[in-house]
Amino acid sequence: MKKLRLIIQLCFTIITNGYAYGFVSGKIYQGKLKFACVPGLNCYSCPGAVASCPVGALQALLNRQGFTVPFGMLGFFFLLGSLLGRFICGFLCPFGMVQDLLHKIPVFRKRKRLPFHSVLKYGKYAVLLILVGIGSLFLFGGFAKVPAFCKYLCPSGTLFGALPLMAANEMLRSQAGGLFWWKFAVLALLLLLSIKVYRPFCQYLCPLGAIYGWFNRFSLVQVHWKEEQCTHCGVCERACPVGLTLTEISRSPECIRCGECARACPQGCLSFRKKESESHDQSAQYHKDKAQ
Amino acid sequence: MGSWRNRGRRQPTFFRIFGRIHGWLWGVLAGIAFLGIGILEGQFTIIWKKAVMICLECIGIG
Repeated sequence: MKKLRLIIQLCFTIITNGYAYGFVSGKIYQGKLKFACVPGLNCYSCPGAVASCPVGALQALLNRQGFTVPFGMLGFFFLLGSLLGRFICGFLCPFGMVQDLLHKIPVFRKRKRLPFHSVLKYGKYAVLLILVGIGSLFLFGGFAKVPAFCKYLCPSGTLFGALPLMAANEMLRSQAGGLFWWKFAVLALLLLLSIKVYRPFCQYLCPLGAIYGWFNRFSLVQVHWKEEQCTHCGVCERACPVGLTLTEISRSPECIRCGECARACPQGCLSFRKKESESHDQSAQYHKDKAQ
Repeated sequence: MGSWRNRGRRQPTFFRIFGRIHGWLWGVLAGIAFLGIGILEGQFTIIWKKAVMICLECIGIG
């Protein structure tokens, strides 16, 4: 499962960033595919990007003069979220893959979470509301609205967009100022933190994770639990990279559907495949019964 | 689920027909509807226009 996930992550990143000429010329793809968005956080200013970034697209709609409901992106999030939930974070996000790979470097004692996780986990909702929502509509740009999340925080834009573009384009390199160095510092901090803590950006800052997490409870792709086979040994909870409990696995907005729990379970009672009437809803029922 | 079931009342037609549909399917249907509205309003053209130019804000220059 671990290898399969890495292969899917790598293939998806290569396919969605397949415009190789862009990396050489320092220019970006300008074809029709950019009408569509990729599911994960992938900057559309990456020289290789063949489709748009969903957060950037949402902000582009919010940045318009006046206010219109961004139906196009709402539809995109509803459609993908209802089908996959945060499975997208676990399997289809290039920046998530980078953090996954960095976390494998065997240098520090690894942590699943930061201290004050129970408070910090709401950071991504704050970023979604303040930077993507309110920030894009009113604040930082004054009269000229700006995509505040992309401008002040997005580390994916710096890693996949700014660095390759500046490496190939002398003119852009000469224009790098304070804002670039701020974003570079954010990226460096997050990448360093990723070595110790599992996916800090996804857990605490990613607005896309906040959106998809909302769909986790009822999305089509779920990790199903066969209660009658479960011995409650706790192996799945120890294997979960984001430190979820058995009842939180799959249903919690924090679950990225990485499948580590299913891989670790010695009884094979956690699975992406739903079998007959067995479903993860049993976990909620079990704890309800236990409480009574 | 709905309390009307426990009370043995006859299910309202709306729930009889739509109550069996899973949550994710509602989401998919809403998503398709919203996407349709977005396409009709030309929102994906706005996204395309933004995406085909180098986003200076995204790369920390603008």
